[in-house]
Amino acid sequence: MEQASYIISQVINGLQLGAVYALIALGYTMVYGILRLINFAHGDIFMLGAFFAYFLISRFGTPIYLVFFATMAMCALAGYLMEKIAYKPLRNAPKISLLITAVGVSLFLEYFCSLKAIFTPDYIGFPRPFEVSAWNISLGGIDFSFTNVQVIIFAITFFTLALLYLLVYRTKQGTAMRAVSHDQEAAALMGINIDHTVSLTFMVGAALAGVGGILYGIAYPQINVFMGIMPGIKSFIAAVLGGIGIIHGAVIGGLIVGVSEVVVSAFLSSTYRDGVIFVILLIVLLVKPSGLFGKRIDKV
Amino acid sequence: MRFFLDSRKLILLAAGIYIVLKLLFSSGIVSEYIQQITIYVFIVVLAATGLNVIYGYTGQFSLGHAAFYGIGAYTSAYLVKTLGLNSVFALPATLLAGGIMAGLIACIIGIPILRLRDDFLGIATLGFGILVRVFFDNSDRISETLGGSRGFTGIAKLTNLEITFVVTVFLLIVTRNIISSRYGLFWRCIKDDETASASIGIDTTRMKLMAFSYGCFLAGVAGALYAHLYTFLHPSNFDFLKSIDFLIIVILGGMGNIAGTIYAGLLWVGFIEGLRIALPSNILDLRWVFIPLLLIVLMMWRPYGLMSKKKGDG
Repeated sequence: MEQASYIISQVINGLQLGAVYALIALGYTMVYGILRLINFAHGDIFMLGAFFAYFLISRFGTPIYLVFFATMAMCALAGYLMEKIAYKPLRNAPKISLLITAVGVSLFLEYFCSLKAIFTPDYIGFPRPFEVSAWNISLGGIDFSFTNVQVIIFAITFFTLALLYLLVYRTKQGTAMRAVSHDQEAAALMGINIDHTVSLTFMVGAALAGVGGILYGIAYPQINVFMGIMPGIKSFIAAVLGGIGIIHGAVIGGLIVGVSEVVVSAFLSSTYRDGVIFVILLIVLLVKPSGLFGKRIDKV
Repeated sequence: MRFFLDSRKLILLAAGIYIVLKLLFSSGIVSEYIQQITIYVFIVVLAATGLNVIYGYTGQFSLGHAAFYGIGAYTSAYLVKTLGLNSVFALPATLLAGGIMAGLIACIIGIPILRLRDDFLGIATLGFGILVRVFFDNSDRISETLGGSRGFTGIAKLTNLEITFVVTVFLLIVTRNIISSRYGLFWRCIKDDETASASIGIDTTRMKLMAFSYGCFLAGVAGALYAHLYTFLHPSNFDFLKSIDFLIIVILGGMGNIAGTIYAGLLWVGFIEGLRIALPSNILDLRWVFIPLLLIVLMMWRPYGLMSKKKGDG
């Protein structure tokens, strides 16, 4: 019983981390679906989100619900500028040049933000906008506890996902996004504005990463300009795990990565957690190269 | 003997470069630091050539090249330290051991992952890079010598200009010869169209594995040279950014272009280290703001690499 409640607590902690990964993975999967680009700078948008929220809370005392909207708007703007300035001139260049540019953008954001005049390279404590309180629950003799932070993270993630589903599957813009990711040329022939759709995809992805950044700051209240690197890579792995280009795949992949990371840290050693994700990825890719929910990929 | 005859022009050119460098080094015009950087350029070029074989010639996307570089470095350093081979004459053997270890691991890991293509292969190799990094971080559990996350210290300094020069030039010429051999033809063929290659009877699985292992072997040798140049290894020296470094050199030099890789390696290392010297110390922090900006601008200006004006394929 003792063991069971420990496992359940760890799984809940894992889901909390996984929710953040899921929010980042969505941006990766949407951008990859539309441009076939691994946008390495996406993890840094996540970092920017956490820093925007930090400044809004600590400098201006903004109420938390406004922080969410303002951060999403600022991250969307950052994503928009990134696409327009760095990626759009390379739309017809080889894919690999685009990838190197993405790495360049990522390094630029990290090191520019780490300048003393900007965010400084130090770890900064993220101000929690509310007190943490924990609840104990007993279900069938198994005790486990969860905190209000976890409830908030799950609620906001769920809400954001619901909005995203509405956007992608119930609006004209969402249909355009799906059409462009399916076949760019055909979509253009049908009168869809490709540039506009790509920009929108970047903005939506960046806004989601911004939400992820705030939630990460609330859950693990220490932020740093390089905090986006590992979550970024892991989230991309999560997106591949779930099947790249597929929205619910990214979410499930994020949760799997989060849970396995926390469970391995708890039962083996925290130093092995990054390795385990790779082993899972390798197994999934070998058994089903298109990911858990992916359709068969035929190379032309 | 034919080997030397066939590439006599290149060897003469290399000998000329060597004499110039040796004169510069021994005359004391250049500082110890510049000497170290010069040797480092050769090492980077060798490792980047390995990636060029894998990606530029065979078209197998790898984002984990630094892992093999690290495997070579740790293997050679471990052998030298535990067996006490503190002499320059034993170095070729441990370099070879480092390279073979990297090539062997590449072969084992390549059998499953080379079935993947393009970005998926990139992600799998990236994941392998992370795994190797985790292994290095925990390596002190296996052997105290390896140092784990504290870093591998006290490696004998054996790498000098001569050995680096000879090894690099020899392996570059060997690589050039392989590329123009039958196998190199198969590799380039697979890059252009894997399905068509398979249909004309090329064993694509074996050829891809061969190119991957050979490229990683080169990275392993380069890593071993690196270990005995800087005498200190840390897991963070072999992370994702290092892999990207090699990739940048291959892309800037132009895919499938050995001479391009040499120029690009020289330019890239020279630029990064040059900024360190040229910039005043109070704005040294800005170095890593300029470098990515330069990279972005370069990619816009020459998306097919610095050396190629024509449109290649990527």
